[in-house]
Amino acid sequence: MKPAREVGIVGWGAYVPQLRVKVEEIADMWGKPKERVKASIRILEKSVPSMDEDTATMAVEAAQYAIQRAGIDPSLLGAVFIGTESKPYAVKPTSTIVAEAIGATPRVLAADFEFACKAGTEAVQCCMALVSSGMINYGMAVGVDTAQGAPGDDLEFSAAAGSAAIILGSGAESAAIITASVSYVTDTPDFWRRPFEPYPRHAEAFTGGPAYFHHIVSAAKLLMDEIGSTPKDYDHVIFHQPNGRFPAKAGSILGFRKEQMQYGLVVDKIGNTYSASSLIGLCNVLDHASPGERVLLVSYGSGAGSDAFDIIITELIEEKKRFAPLVSELIGRRRCISYAVYGKHRGKFILPSDKGG
Amino acid sequence: MQYMGSIEESSYSHQTKVDNLGKSLAAIVGLGMIKVGMHWSKSIRELAVEAGLKALDDAGNPDVDAVYVSNMASGLFCDQENLADLIADYLALTPAPAVKIEAACASGGVALTQAVAAVASGVYDTILLVGVEKMSELVSTEVTNAIACCLDAEYEKFYGVTFQAANALLMRMYMEKYRVKREAFGEFVSLMHQNATKNPYAQLRFPVTVEQYLNSPVIADPIRLLDCAPVGDGAAALVITSTKKAKKVVDNPVFIKGIGQATDTISIKDRVDPLFLRSVSKAAETAFQMAGCSIEDVDVVELHDSFPFVAFMAMEALGLAERGKAYKLLENGDIKPGGKLPINLSGGLKARGHPIGATGVYQAAELSLQLIGEAGSLQADSPAKALMVSIGGVASNAAVIVLERGD
Repeated sequence: MKPAREVGIVGWGAYVPQLRVKVEEIADMWGKPKERVKASIRILEKSVPSMDEDTATMAVEAAQYAIQRAGIDPSLLGAVFIGTESKPYAVKPTSTIVAEAIGATPRVLAADFEFACKAGTEAVQCCMALVSSGMINYGMAVGVDTAQGAPGDDLEFSAAAGSAAIILGSGAESAAIITASVSYVTDTPDFWRRPFEPYPRHAEAFTGGPAYFHHIVSAAKLLMDEIGSTPKDYDHVIFHQPNGRFPAKAGSILGFRKEQMQYGLVVDKIGNTYSASSLIGLCNVLDHASPGERVLLVSYGSGAGSDAFDIIITELIEEKKRFAPLVSELIGRRRCISYAVYGKHRGKFILPSDKGG
Repeated sequence: MQYMGSIEESSYSHQTKVDNLGKSLAAIVGLGMIKVGMHWSKSIRELAVEAGLKALDDAGNPDVDAVYVSNMASGLFCDQENLADLIADYLALTPAPAVKIEAACASGGVALTQAVAAVASGVYDTILLVGVEKMSELVSTEVTNAIACCLDAEYEKFYGVTFQAANALLMRMYMEKYRVKREAFGEFVSLMHQNATKNPYAQLRFPVTVEQYLNSPVIADPIRLLDCAPVGDGAAALVITSTKKAKKVVDNPVFIKGIGQATDTISIKDRVDPLFLRSVSKAAETAFQMAGCSIEDVDVVELHDSFPFVAFMAMEALGLAERGKAYKLLENGDIKPGGKLPINLSGGLKARGHPIGATGVYQAAELSLQLIGEAGSLQADSPAKALMVSIGGVASNAAVIVLERGD
């Protein structure tokens, strides 16, 4: 998928809640060997949304940072898309809440996207299409989640919270040009959540080989084949990061070096932020990138599919960096809490004020 | 009514009914195996048909009189019963009679004894035996539940006992009574993994050290992760034909000389001597009696090692070691490749894998390759006689089969 006219990233912003719970704290809680768990998932701690934070508030935080970097009046946004699997309402758009909060309403196309962890990147693709066709001048795609992991389940060690907003506009105004993108999709049920179920279910090892790796590797190869690039052409690569092990292995399968993943990999410090996961990695790369550098971004959503993007950094990158907090600053702004406090913030206790309490 | 007493002193005494002792009962003239693993993209029918076609091709596609299928839990694992019909249909073998034989983890061995008995009786000339299990459709808790169905559902499983937990009780008892250290089991695990590195059909083709074994996570104390066979999918098939016909079908048939099957109480709580595998001992006695030979005559063994301590107890029940002393067979190298009696050159259940209902058929196929000298880098030094031991439940069911090279 190549845009008809040049499209790029005119603004970006991330948000990571400041609360953290350490993986070893969760392991202790459930009597699991903490060193083994840490080594297995390569995550030290995960971000936790405070009880007054949700997908909408976190999306607004990142959106505001992206607008600061874009330097545009939010009312110029022609589209606000929210990619998430943790909508505050089952029926009622989150995108309207965010669009209204940032001042983009009412002349705006607003929609919620859901495709497990890749809803954010497909929102980027849709914004690219609208901008390159000339239907809108600016579009904002947000990947955001307050991911759910059942108590004691493997997912609880990684399911985190965060958001990343990307504003797409014309190539001339962009800090990074997106030259091409592909989507690679099959019906592969590796992870899902049924209506009215509080926690997702997953198919254990099946989430690896036939799901994550097959789609990530296929999408990356498809894109590189289509545009004639190879792994050595890239300065930075970002993969969806459900844990630290999967993206490292995907990189190694495709022939990327560790150094190329240096900035794209943030999961060890904040956990798996689902729809925001690869996009926060992209924001961190943009925070560190220099003009002329080339970036490969590959997301993954269970169910399953991957979106891959070829991105080239422009001269405008440097001046935009300083208008909002860097991802490293957001990651550094942290306060560790106990499992009990984590449980309180994540609504794991039945309180008298709860229905039936 | 639940039988609460011991049947240790049961008056049942099996006498083999075959009058041509020492002669062949039937022959294996074709075999097919699929690499054990997580075959997510293949259904149970695809696995079974692939192995079945391989075996039929290997035998030169003879006429098949019946299809026997060994499988433990296709209903629980794949929502598929009437499995034998499905497989006969998709192998284009209808209207041949087809039947599924289930005896928990011993399904493969028991199905082979049934197929051999049917051919030896003259009812059928040629039987295609397909062993298959597809476990990867379920997540681990569901797999644990399905496997636990081999226990007594009302008196054990209902109370939350898993297969691993029942075995853990026995392993603890074995370790305490005979003062066997964990390291001894680790040595066995390490040997199985080492053997499997050479087996192209094995699921876990990587080495494991004793230290890794000792540090692996606890599953049901004292059973650790690396005590357990992996969850996997697999299918293996054999073409079994009459002794008379065998040499007309292929040049190098493998003859079945003896078959034995025996049971024990389904629950270990009802056993007077739980550390002695009576089922294995009885089945071996019958098989050797029929074959007119003894364990001394055997050159290579495939043994059901659902856990290392089960392998130890099975070796003791076969008379290879005194009770509680099987670990010495590891120490002196007897059961290693090149040793006096190599055991599980395939890697055993531990590392070749244990697709439950198919496992016994894998054992017979692997031993057949050994006997015809086509086991590749696993090959033992020109073995003439082979023994397979297939165990089901917590050794509540066992099948023992003596195979011989068709010189």
